[in-house]
Amino acid sequence: MPSEFTVRVNGTSVAVPIGSTVAVAMAIAGQPCRTSVTREPRGPLCGMGICFECRALVNGIPHSRTCQILCEPNMEVRTDE
Amino acid sequence: MSKYSQERFDVLVVGGGPAGIAAAVRAAETGARVGIVDENPAPGGQIWRSSSSEGKHSAEALRWLERMKSSGVLLLCGKRVFHQPDSGILMAEGMDDVYELSYRSLILATGARERFLPFPGWTLPNVMGAGGLQAMVKSGLPVRGKRVVIAGTGPLLLAVASYLRKQGAGIPLICEQASGKKLARFVASLIRYPGKIVQSFALRKEIGGIPLATSSWPLAAHGHQELDAVTISRGGKLETIDCDYLACGFHLVPNTELPVLLGCRLRNGYVQVNDLQQTTVEQIFCVGEPTGIGGVDLALVEGQIAGLAATGKMNATREFLSKRKKFGQFARLLDETFCLRSELRSLPSPETLICRCEDVAYSRLREHTSWRAAKLHTRCGMGPCQGRICGPATQFLFKWTPDSVRPPVFPARVEDLAAQPQPISQVTGGEPQ
Repeated sequence: MPSEFTVRVNGTSVAVPIGSTVAVAMAIAGQPCRTSVTREPRGPLCGMGICFECRALVNGIPHSRTCQILCEPNMEVRTDE
Repeated sequence: MSKYSQERFDVLVVGGGPAGIAAAVRAAETGARVGIVDENPAPGGQIWRSSSSEGKHSAEALRWLERMKSSGVLLLCGKRVFHQPDSGILMAEGMDDVYELSYRSLILATGARERFLPFPGWTLPNVMGAGGLQAMVKSGLPVRGKRVVIAGTGPLLLAVASYLRKQGAGIPLICEQASGKKLARFVASLIRYPGKIVQSFALRKEIGGIPLATSSWPLAAHGHQELDAVTISRGGKLETIDCDYLACGFHLVPNTELPVLLGCRLRNGYVQVNDLQQTTVEQIFCVGEPTGIGGVDLALVEGQIAGLAATGKMNATREFLSKRKKFGQFARLLDETFCLRSELRSLPSPETLICRCEDVAYSRLREHTSWRAAKLHTRCGMGPCQGRICGPATQFLFKWTPDSVRPPVFPARVEDLAAQPQPISQVTGGEPQ
């Protein structure tokens, strides 16, 4: 069984260990999760679904808390819309 | 449309950490129909969060998780409770589904979160909670060869340092804001609580080779698009340390939003409970950190008491009373030792953002005299986290007290908010509506 699979973050393929959350996939891709209302880049803070800093578009679902969602093969994650 | 399902329980437990698991197990072992609803992908809560790479659990965690499996508890993971449409019913939302959960007794085991204090640069990517970074690493984030400065207060800092080092991270320093004197007093009284990780605080200036500085705290995080370095005040002297991550948490605050929404009374910021863990609302119990930050031992004891009490086994709760008393004293000791020093109130600069959801700076909040006025005039605390991060910070910075909690207790999809409890016949088999 492979220990990794691929998800897409802003169109770029990223290999992630199986069992990783989407927030981890974005960190491995070197992408902040969102841009704040004053245009600051933001990444995860609490790691447990409370702060909402890691929210992104996951498989078309907006404002998904990516630290609470496990990666699935070929998942599409977007932080740029 | 979200898929709509209904479940009915004798005992429903909100939160699948140690307290919730212990409560559910004890209740289910009496033959009751018991469910746990938890927002995380797997049970265990924060302290028993399994690691994606190793899947490792402590022996104690494994015993409880096994016992939960064999007791027949129905586990609903990845579902977050957001609303109480009617007494005895909670609504919970998943990625693409919504659940109507009705119960005879409810046990709230909603846990705690880290307290975050704002300082210049704390919004930079890679400045995270201490528990936050640990959770990310357990969820697959590689930290081998990374430099992680750990700062804040509380025993969690040590646990995180030790975990991250095992994962290959370099830890240049742990900064603990409490004084060496306070820590020494704390350690001296730990003799009564064997097996606590905090014992390793000892009187030494290091933890297993990691330097520990007391009376020390972060002043500013530096970097452009992400963190490069942190300046700390170390026993009164400034020092700048290059790092890849700053893991920073100032002990814990209880998650009391759902208990408050359901009408449970608080006392000194914690959910008020009696000897049977009953809240001030009939048939609602509360266990673990929301009743006092006491750690896993106290959580397991409280959970078991509530699980038994909720199923009418009042006499069986007696064997736990002396343990609860002892671990409860430990909770008070934690509060005393790791209470925040007043210097931390002057960490934010005028430009430092306090509310990260709405980007509200310290200078804009300073003009206001209450949380309510600040919310109305600046939108502080009005973003998606609903003040869960900036609320405890402003409580410390400005001594503001939080408002009442309004539904939904977490942001939810409009269609799920609009969903009304259904007569049971309409949703047989949980078919989509």
